[in-house]
Amino acid sequence: MSAVLEVEAVSKRFGGVAAVRDLSLRVEEGEILGLIGPNGAGKSTVFNLINGVYAPDRGRIVFRGTDITGAPPYRIARLGLARAHQIVQPLAGLSVLDNCTVGACFGREDLPLEEARAAAREVAAEVGLGTQIDMPAGQLTTAGKKRLELARALSARPHLLLLDEVLAGLNPSEVEQMIDIVRGIRKRGVAILIIEHVMRAIMSLSDRIVVLNLGSMLAQGSPSEVAADPQVITAYLGVAEPTQDAGHVS
Amino acid sequence: MWRRPLPWLILLAALGCALIPYWTDDVQLREGLLLAAVYVILASNLNLMIGYAGYINFGNIIFFGLGGYISVYLVSEWHWPLPAAAILAGVAVSAVALLFGLGILRLRGAFFALATIGINEAVRQLVTNFEPWGGASGIYLAFDAYEPLGGPMQALWIVYFLVIAVTALSLLLSFAIKNSKFGLGLIAIGQNENAAATLGVPTPLYKALVYSASAVLPAIGGGLYFFKSGIIEPGGAFNLGTSIEAIVMVMLGGPGTVIGPALGAALYEELRGALLTSDIFSHFQLVIAGALLLLIVLFIPGGLMGFIHRRVAWTRRWLE
Repeated sequence: MSAVLEVEAVSKRFGGVAAVRDLSLRVEEGEILGLIGPNGAGKSTVFNLINGVYAPDRGRIVFRGTDITGAPPYRIARLGLARAHQIVQPLAGLSVLDNCTVGACFGREDLPLEEARAAAREVAAEVGLGTQIDMPAGQLTTAGKKRLELARALSARPHLLLLDEVLAGLNPSEVEQMIDIVRGIRKRGVAILIIEHVMRAIMSLSDRIVVLNLGSMLAQGSPSEVAADPQVITAYLGVAEPTQDAGHVS
Repeated sequence: MWRRPLPWLILLAALGCALIPYWTDDVQLREGLLLAAVYVILASNLNLMIGYAGYINFGNIIFFGLGGYISVYLVSEWHWPLPAAAILAGVAVSAVALLFGLGILRLRGAFFALATIGINEAVRQLVTNFEPWGGASGIYLAFDAYEPLGGPMQALWIVYFLVIAVTALSLLLSFAIKNSKFGLGLIAIGQNENAAATLGVPTPLYKALVYSASAVLPAIGGGLYFFKSGIIEPGGAFNLGTSIEAIVMVMLGGPGTVIGPALGAALYEELRGALLTSDIFSHFQLVIAGALLLLIVLFIPGGLMGFIHRRVAWTRRWLE
């Protein structure tokens, strides 16, 4: 398999705080890679480094063979890397359809307006926003805004999708629906890098998992390997011995 | 674009404005409409910045003033024909705006607004001290400058028709941008610039382009207006107060809509006329403008068109 994304020895400091330290990871084509870690481990910073919100202090980021280290977000988006935010950022005054059309227009395929609108309509229906397509994005429910984040990112027809806690704040049945949607996306060959706190979900979705703690990699491996790793359990639970939770998550 | 009703309505209205005073030979009506049309040009092009991209440009009047200076200078010193002088002014000013834009549009929000005030004042000072353009006393057009257009009387009519044409072009440009991919990108920037960038909108380029696009027609309009006045001087050409009035017009009519700013400009022109001729308010015109702006922002942030669109749904399709 060839890598869609290679993060090589990347570091980022904010003032005196090392948010990410010497982190390397790869996302293979068609893979779902889970990124987990306790609060403040640097997960969202990693996303911000990958999609160009911050430039890394050191290290290199390569996306499908192109060095994107320090490139601005809009250039990275054009190459086919889309992101759904943890804190939803709808274009509140625009309709659901227009939000997705922005994604399709300025994404990888650089579609003209009318084609973009058609593609956006399709994607919106796919994630279950079909009936709310003309609603101003600001009026959607929390679950609706999460779906919109996903739909907008998908409308760009990306090679790689960064999903930042798309399940947070959803009720159990909404979580189930969202998991199905994410599986559907992967089936189309889109690689996914996902941050998630809902353990049951990320364990069942991910092919591999990378565990971050204090900005550097603590462990990586298959979901069951990671769940059994004593270091991971310590980082998460603050106790040295395996507990029921560790068994439960696998 | 021509399958929609609005562009045709714009052309029809422009034709009406051009022909009615001509047929009735009503010079007073013409002068009133000309002033309103100039305001529409300013407001409509400013709306590209405020209404679409979400950037408040306090220095919008410099496009108008610089365009006026370049045109009047070319006509007066180099004896260029007026249309050529005005078009060159439009191109030159928009090129300068593109350069400025690439620089100052890295700033956001209040910092951008401050920078535009700075540019307004800097340009005024520069022109005040620029001797080829007459320094503080400006440029007067000699009487024979109007000869190529068939004498002053006929020249006034020709300038009027040209101003109406530029007004129609302003509204058509606004419509075309709003219904384009470029416009969608701008509106995305206006809604949430970070999200727009993450979605792939090339934000620095688009902001500079719209800043430059919003300069072309005001510069041409300025060329026509100051040619008609026969005099241009720094105080009148770069009046920060007029920039602020243009912002009031946009906010009053409805930022982000095509005809809102035109509506706001016409209404404001009426209001201003009434204030200027009243004994009590004639010295407080800007105070009233400021108070009006405050009330609009507080109570009808979508302006008149926003208000109408909310109440009467079909207007959304016809009157964008």
